[in-house]
Amino acid sequence: MNKKKPGLPSKIYFGLIFFFLYMPIAVMIFMSFNSGRNSTVWKGFSLKWYGELFKSKELMNALGNTLLIALLASVFATILGTAAAIGINNFRGKSRAVIQNVSNLPIISPDIVMGVSLMLLFSFLGVLLHFEMGFWTVLLSHICFCVPFVVLNVMPRLRRMDQSVYDAALDLGCNQWQAFCKVVLHELLPGIFSGMLMSFTYSMDDVVITHFTQGASFNNLSTKIFEMLRRQVRPTINALSALLFVAIIVILILINIFDRRAEKREARR
Amino acid sequence: MKSKKLSIPYIAWMVVFTMIPIVMIGLTAFRDKAGGFSLEPFTKAWDYRFVFLKSLWIALLSTVICLILAYPLAYLLTKMKKSTQKTVQLLIMVPMWMNFLLRIYAWKILLQKNGPLDMALSLLGIHGSYIGNTAAVVVGMVYEYLPFMVLPIFTVMSKIDGGLIEAAQDLGSNNLAVFKKVIFPLSIPGVISGITMVFVPSASTFLVAEHLGGKDDVMIGDVIDKIFLNDQNTGSAISLILMVFILIFLILMNLFGDEEALA
Amino acid sequence: MKRTLSIIMALVLTFTALTCLAGCGSSGSSSNGSNASGGDATGDSPSGNKGEVNVYSWGEYIALGQDEDLMNVLEAFEDETGIKVNYTTYDTNEELYSKLTQSNVSYDVIVPSDYMISKMIKEDLLLELNYDNIPNYKYIDDRFKKLACDPDGKYTVCYSWGVTAMVYDSTAVSEKPKDWDALWNKDYEGNILMFDNSRDAMAIAMQQCGIDPSNCTKADVDKAVEKLKEQKPLLKKYVMDQVFNEMEGSQATIAPYYAGDIAVMMEENEDLDYCLPESGSNLFYDAFCVPKCSKNKENAEAFINFMQKPEIAAENCKYLRYGTPNTGAKDFLDKDITGSELTFPSDEYLNKCYVFSNVDDEVYAYMQEQFLKVKTS
Repeated sequence: MNKKKPGLPSKIYFGLIFFFLYMPIAVMIFMSFNSGRNSTVWKGFSLKWYGELFKSKELMNALGNTLLIALLASVFATILGTAAAIGINNFRGKSRAVIQNVSNLPIISPDIVMGVSLMLLFSFLGVLLHFEMGFWTVLLSHICFCVPFVVLNVMPRLRRMDQSVYDAALDLGCNQWQAFCKVVLHELLPGIFSGMLMSFTYSMDDVVITHFTQGASFNNLSTKIFEMLRRQVRPTINALSALLFVAIIVILILINIFDRRAEKREARR
Repeated sequence: MKSKKLSIPYIAWMVVFTMIPIVMIGLTAFRDKAGGFSLEPFTKAWDYRFVFLKSLWIALLSTVICLILAYPLAYLLTKMKKSTQKTVQLLIMVPMWMNFLLRIYAWKILLQKNGPLDMALSLLGIHGSYIGNTAAVVVGMVYEYLPFMVLPIFTVMSKIDGGLIEAAQDLGSNNLAVFKKVIFPLSIPGVISGITMVFVPSASTFLVAEHLGGKDDVMIGDVIDKIFLNDQNTGSAISLILMVFILIFLILMNLFGDEEALA
Repeated sequence: MKRTLSIIMALVLTFTALTCLAGCGSSGSSSNGSNASGGDATGDSPSGNKGEVNVYSWGEYIALGQDEDLMNVLEAFEDETGIKVNYTTYDTNEELYSKLTQSNVSYDVIVPSDYMISKMIKEDLLLELNYDNIPNYKYIDDRFKKLACDPDGKYTVCYSWGVTAMVYDSTAVSEKPKDWDALWNKDYEGNILMFDNSRDAMAIAMQQCGIDPSNCTKADVDKAVEKLKEQKPLLKKYVMDQVFNEMEGSQATIAPYYAGDIAVMMEENEDLDYCLPESGSNLFYDAFCVPKCSKNKENAEAFINFMQKPEIAAENCKYLRYGTPNTGAKDFLDKDITGSELTFPSDEYLNKCYVFSNVDDEVYAYMQEQFLKVKTS
């Protein structure tokens, strides 16, 4: 392979793109240390907005809700989606195409349409079955848009998988369940995990669908930020972004370390 | 392993949470406030045709700019070492992991009067506010959705067989010819999925225009959000039209049957 | 492949760890909070399960300790009663109305404005209050006890009142604005903000057309629409609470808003000044009500009662700067608040003001529809 070091023009181009990507975040973080309330006027260095952030029970609660929903939604979507993918893989022809297209609907349909349609569904069902919108409706909605991502990630792996390995395992005395765990799941694992990861990210990031299904008493980070942005913005929100950013970077560095170790281990073999 | 049964829970799930809601939108869209059949919601939706066109225009601009920025980026990325590629990919993704709204808010700070951009430009003697116009909305959209354009193009490009390129070079093609004859045609699927992944959300999003746009920048997503407060029927009609429009767009984009490009 | 796998595993693990940490963090911080504020050494939530109360209120409408010298009223309530508050907010009366009527939600306390209260009473959406559970009702000024929208005084406990006014950047105007026509002044083109709320925006336009905004017909709405269309090219944006950032950050020149909020903005930006329009403006009341969908009526009443404690009412007034109907609260307020024309406008000015009455449903829907059309035209 003739991969060269990037030349100067390409370095400049990357530099510009990264400037574009990170400048807004940098400014936002910088302003979180402003002691004044307004983001146009620098009134001196202060950490008070971080204090406010940690004092705010509501925001902490919202953060907890966000993580809880993301975790539950991604786990449940992964189970449902993996099973579905294996099942769908056994369909052939028209019926398979139909199932797959319907499955893709939540991905391709605009968030707002999905949010609105789920709101209609939940308010209809709610009257019928006497429940209110809240945590559970948000969780269900998040699972809805997460499952298709899992299916999409698992499907290609399934198609690439060699059916005969599974049959061989059966011949060698595994029962169906063992063969499934040892061969199929093992083979699908990377797809499953990347599906789960995508689900988690999308769930964390979603604003629109949560906005329409949140009901009276549920708030997560997105809806809280939504409210804050429509109102008097306080630099607490900048402090929050700064901390989120740091958390992301820390996670990435951790991954990098794991990655390096794994590489070394592989090299030793 | 051969069993179709495993997909039953999901099929049931899809019926309840995907099919029925869409059917409900359809039903609501053809009713008036009293609940009888009516085409009134659609006649009312017609009043918002210019908002619709504006949304499509903004989405188109954003998609084109994303493509212009992303294509060279993806191409240059394939030229790098594997380890660098990974790092750069991650760096492109990082802003995406911040909350959607926080990213808009960041631009709000950056573009406002007396904000950093204004201060920088006032050194050159230009003074003003850069927020509250269509350009700001487009910048916000590009920022939100650029990674969705870079990643599919890069994925497709990096799968191009190195042997093919070498063969072309051996046959005497220069770099430009290699790009024109080999790399560009083979990268088309990535471009197409990138376009759909940017165009669809940016045509339908709400909040971006509300926060970055001015008085004339109202997008169809914002209208749906507002109108649902007092008129679910018209709201449903607009949603339905939007949905149909996007389905047509997707069919045009040849997406169906090529689901791997999305992942 | 092993490597990708381990990356992903690591990611999921860290995320999970993060969740747990955040969980501990939030529970930890909440208990810290109650320890710090509840000096009575009861520690964590006093008697635990006293149930909940779902409060649906205007955004930025209750003191939540937003600034150092403010108390977090909701936490104080939780500490005192052990009732958990679920606090969510809305931007307009219309949003409140639609959530209440269209989705299956259960709110216990809402804070609609005058015309919305009459509409809700008319449509039988409110529960009658048991005033025995609200002893602090005695502090309410008689003037606010039997409001026009609730003539028998059965459904409401007034929370705050105020008028609409204009705020402007004194460094950017050539002369002091005197009346609403300043919002149509071509000199400020591109720097004018306007209410993003059909009723308030239309009212100002109607005043300009010489129509009494308190009650109106479709024809009146049409005239107001013309006036608003005329104004639109001059506008920067339609805003609600975003006006705070716009005006405090000197992003716009002039804006109409609620007088109490203007007092808050002026504290943040010295260049700002206010104007009570000569031709009068809208006098509004917001009152606590309990909607029919409530499942915790007694908790709701406990909450309303708590909010009318003089020191709590004063705390909210200090934060909000809207007039408080609570007579006891004035003893806890500084002179510069009680003396402010924005918080407590003079009776003389109030005589020039009008109160919205409940317009016909059809006119009302027409008004909202037309306003959205102005915005999207």
